Order: sequence, then structure tokens, then C-alpha cells
Amino acid sequence: MTTELICAGFGGQGVLTIGKFLAKAGMKEGKNVSWLPSYGPEMRGGTANVSTVVSDEAIASPIVSFPDILVALNQPSIDKFAASIRAGGILIYNSDMCPHGCKREDISIIKAPMVEIAKEIGNQMVLNMLAIGIIIGKTDIIRYETMEDDLTSFMKSKNPELLELNLKAIKRGIEIGKQ
Amino acid sequence: MAKILMKGNEAVAEAAIRSGCRLYFAYPITPQSELIEYMARMMPKVNGTFLQAESEVSAINMVYGAAGCGKRVMTSSSSPGISLKMEGISYIAGAQLPAVIVNVQRGGPGLGDIQPAQGDYFQATKGGGHGDYRLIVMAPASVQEFADMASEAFDLADKYRNPVMILADGMLGQMMEPVEFKPAKTDEEIADMWRQHDSWCICPNEDGDKKHHHEINSLEIDPQVLEKHVNNIYKKYAEIEKNELHFEEYNLSDDNEILCVAWGTASRVVKSAINELTKTGKSVGLIRPINVWPYPYEAIAKAIGPKVKKVYVFELNTGQMLDDVKIAVKGKVPVDFWGKVGGIVFTPAEIKEKLEACF
Amino acid sequence: MEKIAYRPESLTKTPFTYCPGCLHGIAHRLIAEAIEEQGLTNKMTGVAPVGCSVFAYKFFNFDMAQAAHGRAPAVATGMKRSRPDMHVFTYQGDGDLAAIGTAEIVHAANRGERISVFFVNNAIYGMTGGQMAPTTLPEMKTTTSPYGRKTDDIGFPIRVSELLATLVAPYYIERVSLLSPTDIIKAKKVVSKAIQYNKEGRGFTFVELISTCPTNWGLDPIKSRDWAKDNMLPFFKPGCFRDKGEGVE
Ligand SMILES: Cc1ncc(C[n+]2csc(CCOP(=O)(O)OP(=O)(O)O)c2C)c(N)n1
Ligand code: SF4
Ligand SMILES: [Mg+2]
Repeated sequence: MTTELICAGFGGQGVLTIGKFLAKAGMKEGKNVSWLPSYGPEMRGGTANVSTVVSDEAIASPIVSFPDILVALNQPSIDKFAASIRAGGILIYNSDMCPHGCKREDISIIKAPMVEIAKEIGNQMVLNMLAIGIIIGKTDIIRYETMEDDLTSFMKSKNPELLELNLKAIKRGIEIGKQ
Repeated sequence: MAKILMKGNEAVAEAAIRSGCRLYFAYPITPQSELIEYMARMMPKVNGTFLQAESEVSAINMVYGAAGCGKRVMTSSSSPGISLKMEGISYIAGAQLPAVIVNVQRGGPGLGDIQPAQGDYFQATKGGGHGDYRLIVMAPASVQEFADMASEAFDLADKYRNPVMILADGMLGQMMEPVEFKPAKTDEEIADMWRQHDSWCICPNEDGDKKHHHEINSLEIDPQVLEKHVNNIYKKYAEIEKNELHFEEYNLSDDNEILCVAWGTASRVVKSAINELTKTGKSVGLIRPINVWPYPYEAIAKAIGPKVKKVYVFELNTGQMLDDVKIAVKGKVPVDFWGKVGGIVFTPAEIKEKLEACF
Repeated sequence: MEKIAYRPESLTKTPFTYCPGCLHGIAHRLIAEAIEEQGLTNKMTGVAPVGCSVFAYKFFNFDMAQAAHGRAPAVATGMKRSRPDMHVFTYQGDGDLAAIGTAEIVHAANRGERISVFFVNNAIYGMTGGQMAPTTLPEMKTTTSPYGRKTDDIGFPIRVSELLATLVAPYYIERVSLLSPTDIIKAKKVVSKAIQYNKEGRGFTFVELISTCPTNWGLDPIKSRDWAKDNMLPFFKPGCFRDKGEGVE
């Protein structure tokens, strides 16, 4: 199976990190992965996006034109990418910053006030973990345990509190994704 | 060793250090800056030399100096900076020095843009600098291959005493993929490698040795001598053409109705399209030159199966490798080309459409 | 009513592409105002460098050229020599002018080319994401001096104004700061003087503007200015190094 994702949002919202953690987790589960960011001057305060592919087969092109999953953290990202989601695909978006949402009916749409929830959990920075949780809850491209192991390996000694918040955010995301 | 998720720019730097590169001179430029930044962080940790030059011109001449002293040395840049290195590369080839140059190509000509492109194929494979010389040119298509090529490039450079270029692009530099590294060479192994150059490089006289006089030079003012020198270099190139052909065959079979030829990043997109077409029962093969100089002319000729009605070349330029494919095909079947420029990478869907139209 | 704030006509309506708090915009404005005030808009032309100000050719509202990294003074030489009736300036960063373009600036100055050079020194390569520049301060961390600039290994920052002032030909060389409103008012006078000398065809004029790069210094705009006042100004002291018009040799 091959899953192609695009994560998009404002630079600084952590979209590149979402893709990176997914790719890393996929790799740890023995899959083939690729992570291809947008780069250039528009990154300065502008929009950023990253194509991530997680696959059981060798990955030919790392460029995602028709994503199975789009994670959109702001409205411009929906406007730019939602039309290209494959029929039957998934749109996950941050309703705090996507006032107009998406009108497509042939995809499943999960919306959540991600900024709100992240703040509730205790730190806006965990927004990207929340998004990853939603993906884990909705699909089976990666497992929760892989994320937990990975985060624990580099955060446990350095910042145990942040680790807890991150794990909490993933779990919360999983709940949302399962609904 | 476990796999690490890494950007191409960083993976090639790490691999270079592991293969004994201890001197690196370069100048920042997008989209290869992660490479120079990685070297800035890591070279001090292995007691190596990292130096940011004041320009690409001086960086390549620092390489000339260090290579002349028999050390494993590398430089890297992106297209506009590589143009500035061309003079130095010609001197390095003329003086027969081993060195590795990485080009993370971007859109041109001129300042162009900073997105992936393959517009430097002619420059890399047909000269670029002045005079009769050749670069060995390796064209990776994945982060793993980019990294692996670093050590191969150093070995080839040493073997033939010739500069080797790794011709990547912005996509390979910026993307992350899992990569597995070969074990790092030990200090003794590195010292050993260096000593092997003592017969020709600039080095101190060992006590008790006959005093040597080595010249690092590309000047031969006497035409007869220069002629001999160039002919000798070309004998070496003939060897390289015999020994260092390197290509990948993908989905080749007697059923192929189209044979694609693509290199580097472009080849990945073509593979995706071929996979899609295979599902619909259409048979398309691909030859991917991994070294683009020396070029696998014969392999391409041989890959044209009995049912192939067209050879299709896809590049991120306006048709550069195309010329080499035409030389290989010798007019036996029509050769078609489609490319994208401006730093835009074509999509599998676009390639698929082009190929489908041939059936 | 008197209009006290307006966009000079010598600037196009294209919005600047600089980061919030970046001083490149102020430098552009000072130059544009000076050109306009001296009625030169129709006879002016400039050369944009490679650096964050690479798009300067879109911002100045007269004919502009864009040059290869560091080569603006050579391009400007070609322009001035082919159209002596026009007034030519270059706008360059510290990487562009003091690293890759060292030869071009030294020789343009040494020939006394009748051009103006505006040199924006922010001690870093802004455009490419914060690498070390020839003007990076001792011990300053950048992405290519991650352990701080070590002067025993890579030397000290280059004081370009002082360096050029060792040459005989340049007509006017002055360094100013853009770090406070008072400094900016002073800078405006200096920029105007350079443009005026240029208009009068007196010779090579050079203005170094001490600036910031909040984005790559990792500081907000206010803290950037404070940092620059504390760290850059002691090393790059503002002052006039040559003014043949005023007898400063
Ligand atoms: C030949 C060449 N080498 C390198 C580059 C990449 N490059 C673009 S801008 C720049 C540095 C700009 O720094 P500076 O002149 O200080 O300007 P700033 O962005 O700080 O204003 C570099 C190295 C290039 N475009 N061309
Ligand atoms: S990177 Fe620095 S110099 Fe460039 S626009 Fe931003 S703040 Fe200004
Ligand atoms: Mg600068």
C-alpha cells in the first residue's frame, strides 16, 4: 500500500514537522518513506507545504500531486490543495484558521479546532502531534507506539513534561480521528 | 547501521566525511546550503578543515591546492556557482588531480530560480570549462544513491586522478529519505590513502629519500608536449569509458512498446508513470543512466526491444541528454522528447499522459 | 495641507519583499527620496545585487539592471561608460560586495568610476539563510560559523569603507547607521550628498549603511537594533573617510 500526504499551512505552524514525524515513524516500521518540502523565499512568513509518502513498495516519485490525505492548517492550504485530494481521500483541517472549510462530498473530512485543543492540552506547540494523532486514529499508516517510542527516545530525559503533553495530544487526536 | 531520515544535502556531506574527505571549501548558495552548513558543524569534529571561501572561484582553487597535496577534498554549489568553478575544474582536469564537486542544480540560465532543474547536463558532460577534458559525472536519483556516490566519487577520482562531479538537483538536496551509511574510514585508513598519492603530489621529502620534485601544473607551452599530454589524458578517458558505465534498467522486456530514457530526479517521476501504465497493460521500459559521463550508448541501443516504436526522453530541461540518446539510437526508431523548465518538476500524471498518447 | 509622508515616485508600487522590521526598506526609501529630491528620477539607473535586495530592480521606479553575485560595480561601469549622461548606482549587501565581489568594488573605486555604491552591511548573508559574511563579528554564530567566528582561523570582519579609503581615486566615502531615527536622518543627508556628487559627476561615491537582519540573527526588530548598536557600531564606527568636496582626504 502507498499513502501520499500533503501537509500545508503558514510557515512556522509546524507542517514540515508533521510530515517529518510521519516519515520517520514509517521508516521505523520498515516502510519506504520520502519527505519533500517546499522551499524558497515564500517560506519567509508565507505558506509552507510538504509532500510525504509512506509505502510498502519502493517510492518512485516523491512528488505528491493527488494526495490521499491533506492536512491543512489554514484556509489558503485548503484552497490550494483540497481539489486535488483523491476521491475517497481524507481532508483533516484546522477549523480555527479555515473559516470557509471545504465543500467536497466525495472525501471524508475531519475538522477540529486544533489551536484551541492544543492550548487546552497546555501548549500550542503540540498542534502538530494532534494532527498526527488524527491521522493515526483515522488510518493505519503508522502506529501510536512508534510515535511514543520515538518521542520518548529524545524527549524523556530532556523535557519529560513536554513529552507528556505531546503524547496527550496524539491520544486526543486519535480520539478525534476515530469519531 | 540503522537507517536515518536525512536530507540529500546532509547525507552526501556525511558520506563524504565517512569516506575520508577532510577538506571542504565552498560558498553558500540555495538549494545546497545545508551541505555547507553540515560541513561547518561536522568537519571540526573529525579534525577536518571547513572553510567558507569568499567565492566559488576561490573555493575551487582551494580544492586545486588541497588536491595537489594529495588529500581527499570536496566542494559543492548550485548551478550559478558551478559556472564560476568551471575555470578551476578545467585546471584540475588538466593537472590530473582527484577532487569531488557536487552540483545541486537549480533553474537557469543566469540567476534563474532556486527550484530543481537539470539544465547543467551539457555543462557537466560536454566540458563547461575550456579545453579538452572530461569530468566523470554521476547522477543520483535518491538520497541513498546521493550518499553512496560520495564514496564512489572519491574512489574514482583517486583511481583516475580526475575530477568527479555528482550532478544532483534541488529536489534531491532538499528531500529526506532513509539512508544507511557505510562505516567511517579510520584515521589510519585515511592516512594510508593519502600516502598513496606521495608519488606525484606535493609532499615533504622523507628523511633519507631521494629528493623529489613534483609539479602540479596544467601548462605545457610546447605544442608537441601538450599534444602528448592531452592524448595521454584521453587514453585515460577511454579506460573510464570502458570501465565506468553505470545504468539502471527498469521494466525492460520484449513487450516494451516504448523505451524511456531519463536521469536523476526526472527518472523517478517516469518510473511512477510506468508503474501506472503497467497496471493498464501497457508496456513501457526505462533506461536510467546513473553515470551520465561516461554515457551508456550501447546499453540504450540494446534496450530497444523488438516492439519498441519510440524512444522517449524526459528531462527537466529543453533537451540536453536527448543528444546523447540520439547518438545511441542511431536513427533506428524515432526519438521523442518532453521536458519541463523553470524549476518545475513534471508530475507522474503528465508523463503518463505523454506516454499514453503513443499507444 | 502639507503632505509629510508619501511614497516617493522613484519607488514603484510593488510591495517590498523584506521581512518585518528589516532595514533594507528604509535604505531603499532614503535613496529613492534623495534621487527624487534632486530631480534625477528620469536620468537615474541602478544595479540590483544578489542578496535579499535582489528584487531592488522591481522597487525603483526607473530603468534597473540585475547583476550576477558581486559583479554590480562592473555592470555599473559598463552602463556608466556607455551612457555617461545617466547616473548610475549599485545597491549591494556585505556578502555581495565584500566577499564574492571584492575585486569588482576595489577596482571600480580605484578607477574612480563615476557611480554611487550603497553598501548595506548586516554582518550576515540574509538571502541564503544566515551564513557567515566577511563582516560577521568575532565570535558571532551563524549557520557556517556554528561555533562562533574564530578570528585566528578566518580573520576579522572587513571594514570596507576604511579599506576603500586607502585608495586615491574615490571622491566620497562615508559610513552611517540605520539603527535609530536620528541615525536615519543623518543617513539621509549622507545618501543625498552621494547622489548630489553623482549628479555633478564628481567621482566614485560610497555609502556604507549599518543595518540588521532580524530573521537570521534570531532577534526581534527592536532587539536587533540594540544588538547592532552594541556590537556593530563599536567595530564599524560611523564616520566620513573621504570627502573631496569638503577637503576630507
Ligand atoms: C555565484 C553565486 N553564488 C552564490 C549565490 C547565492 N547567494 C545569493 S544571495 C547570497 C548572499 C547575500 O548576502 P548579502 O550580500 O550579505 O545580502 P543580504 O541578503 O544579507 O542583504 C548568496 C551567497 C548566488 N546567487 N550566486
Ligand atoms: S533575511 Fe534579513 S536581510 Fe533579508 S529581508 Fe529578512 S531581515 Fe532583511
Ligand atoms: Mg548581508
